[in-house]
Amino acid sequence: MNSIAPGRSGPQPFEILRREDYSDVTYMLEVHHPMMARAAKPGQFVIVMSHANGERIPLTIADFNREKGTITLVIQAVGKSTMEMQQTLTAGSMLHGLAGPMGIPTHLSDARKVICVGGGLGVAPVYPQARAMKQKGAYVIGVLGFRNKDLVFWEDKFRAICDELLICTDDGSAGIKGMVTDGIKQAIEKHKDIEEVIAIGPPVMMKASANATRVAKIKTMVSLNPIMVDGTGMCGGCRVKVGEKVKFACVDGPDFDGHEVDFDDLMVRLRRYKEEERVATERWSETCRMSEPGLGELSKINEMAFPNRN
Amino acid sequence: MKKRTVRTIPQTRTPVQELDPTIRARNFEEVNCGYSESEALRESERCLFCPDPKCIEGCPVSINIPQFIQKIGEKNFRGAYDTITATNLLPAVCGRVCPQENQCEGVCTVGENLEPVAIGRLERFVGDLAIKNHWVNKPYIHPSLFKIGIIGSGPSGMACAADMAKAGCDVTVFEAFHQPGGVLRYGIPDFRLPNTVVDAEVEKLKDLGVKFECNTLAGRLFTIEQMIEELGFHAVFIGTGAGYPSMLNIPGDSLNGVLSANELLTRCNLMKAREFPKVDTPLPLGRHVVVVGAGNTAMDALRVSKRLGAETVTCVYRRSKTECPARAEEVHHAEQEGIEFHWLTNPIEVLDDGNGNVRAIRCIRMDLGEPDDSGRRRPVPIQGSEFELETDEVVYAIGTNANPIIGQTSKLTLNKRGYIETDSNLMTSIAGVFAGGDIVTGAATVIEAMGAGRKAARGMKAYLGIRDIGPIPTDGSLFGIALSEHNFTRVRIAE
Repeated sequence: MNSIAPGRSGPQPFEILRREDYSDVTYMLEVHHPMMARAAKPGQFVIVMSHANGERIPLTIADFNREKGTITLVIQAVGKSTMEMQQTLTAGSMLHGLAGPMGIPTHLSDARKVICVGGGLGVAPVYPQARAMKQKGAYVIGVLGFRNKDLVFWEDKFRAICDELLICTDDGSAGIKGMVTDGIKQAIEKHKDIEEVIAIGPPVMMKASANATRVAKIKTMVSLNPIMVDGTGMCGGCRVKVGEKVKFACVDGPDFDGHEVDFDDLMVRLRRYKEEERVATERWSETCRMSEPGLGELSKINEMAFPNRN
Repeated sequence: MKKRTVRTIPQTRTPVQELDPTIRARNFEEVNCGYSESEALRESERCLFCPDPKCIEGCPVSINIPQFIQKIGEKNFRGAYDTITATNLLPAVCGRVCPQENQCEGVCTVGENLEPVAIGRLERFVGDLAIKNHWVNKPYIHPSLFKIGIIGSGPSGMACAADMAKAGCDVTVFEAFHQPGGVLRYGIPDFRLPNTVVDAEVEKLKDLGVKFECNTLAGRLFTIEQMIEELGFHAVFIGTGAGYPSMLNIPGDSLNGVLSANELLTRCNLMKAREFPKVDTPLPLGRHVVVVGAGNTAMDALRVSKRLGAETVTCVYRRSKTECPARAEEVHHAEQEGIEFHWLTNPIEVLDDGNGNVRAIRCIRMDLGEPDDSGRRRPVPIQGSEFELETDEVVYAIGTNANPIIGQTSKLTLNKRGYIETDSNLMTSIAGVFAGGDIVTGAATVIEAMGAGRKAARGMKAYLGIRDIGPIPTDGSLFGIALSEHNFTRVRIAE
């Protein structure tokens, strides 16, 4: 508990201890933060700033290790910030900012049989929830969706904690051919006593999952990741419509009843900065092309991005 | 010195240099240039040094205003600084952002016949001089071995931190953002309060030994209870503010292009989005911006939008200009900069362009009826007066609510609106845990929050058994003990 070291002030570096690449676009960072590892609970997220001029981006805590004092983030390179992080962050580099754990932890229900659904990047954040349900003694069915077999990750991690595991791929190159909703339907047909579904992934997937369980009236919890700035309930950028009410995902969520969430509204709001994202990404790839970074260049970028490293 | 009277002093207020409205509306330079030495000297001649100075009573932290003005007159600027900092830690900030017209200047005796003494501008003059010359009033601090945790680095947290550091405590301030300052950093824009001034004030606290821990979300990273029980804090102050923005709850609230003033200001001030794409945080520019509300935050949002390059910037407010809560100076500056005002106008719907973006806002004209609970005349809609204002960005600056995080993560007693309940010494329902500022009172001003931080510090010192030199303003008893000074002797923890 002594990680609040005396004398530190201003922006504090958070060291990356390990990095692993799961595919061309998906990578994992294990970040040193003993206090957060101790506080984190399934369902929570962090705000990361990779450098002083960076954005504050929300990322779900995919795993935490209290003994090692680390938290794990699984990131998909989809925009400028995440692509830049993919290129510049390695073991030993520091994040400029890392705040959290944010959001209300997942309320672990007493359900005896659950389906934990992860789609694409949502596979990572659903893992701690599946593990926690398993530890509570529930029968856990994992349903993981990927585009194809090259993008599959954490299969063995899930096998270790799931009583049943269904992998779904769009092209059938691994597991069953189809979407996670096909996996959910299969599981519901086989087990008539499923009490809860936890679904995390892209909004369109969570919407489909919620629809798939609506008729059977199975409680379905989803974890939302809208656009945020502060993550502490201050900007209202992450507001979502749940039932008739407006909720802030950062402090009122991120978990909500999937049958109540207005996903169409969420998807429209996620498009808000599409144009700016395009400008930033283009501008960034332009600079990258101009310098065609070899290893030397990379460390130079690193230096520019992390002036506080030393 | 010859006795001054209203007849003998300079009759008009010394004007302050301001940037030309047409030029400043396109940049983020500070509007008010501040007094020069000669201007400050002239203005100091306007103080009557009343035997019963009302201005001190009007000041939430009771600065000895006639004394510091007298010292300015004697060209003893350092002395003036010492006088102010005896009660106010941040003169450069308060001289800029205090609503002086409702406080010290509002009750100034000169103001009964002429324009009141420009106390705020004089205070700022002294504050800026202190920053320029690196004046620090570093008292002799006898270490008391008490460890104090402060949650939130805004005005109340900074004020409490300073007082506890001066009492010899080991003070750590926790801030969730990556930079300290709270609303001074993310909320108030550079043209009113430059970030360099905030930096300077933070540095002053560091000189007193205060530590700042950014990126630290207290409540979630560790709870209030853990701070006391596990992290070894002997007392905690909560100054998390009222930052949860209200939405209008009208149709179209969630359209793209509708945002809270907090979001606009945070992106612009803290995240420097105006430099996008040089920095990564975007802030799409509206060409026709409508800001709903007419408080100081609304004025900031209006003037920021103008500076970001919007073609038209319009304020929509349901009451009239007389009732508007913003400082008169802010409204005046906004008008100078070409902001349009629609007084007595209430928005009823934000309209969609068909793609989920804002196309226009539908409003209705209002009329003033009978006074309501606030004493202001209640606005009532005029039937059939609906009209549309074309806009692509609607900013809500209609107030904020309590930040919920501490309430969610601790057993503290809250009132029904989510604000923290305290006793008259600002101690909460948990012994040793104090709270002050907006998280107790609801949204208020910087100086009021600072006053609360200082009051909490006094309560905290009494709780810890640190003898306080100043008077303890309470209802006469403290934690059930009668207030005679002998009851409080300094308690030391064994080394």
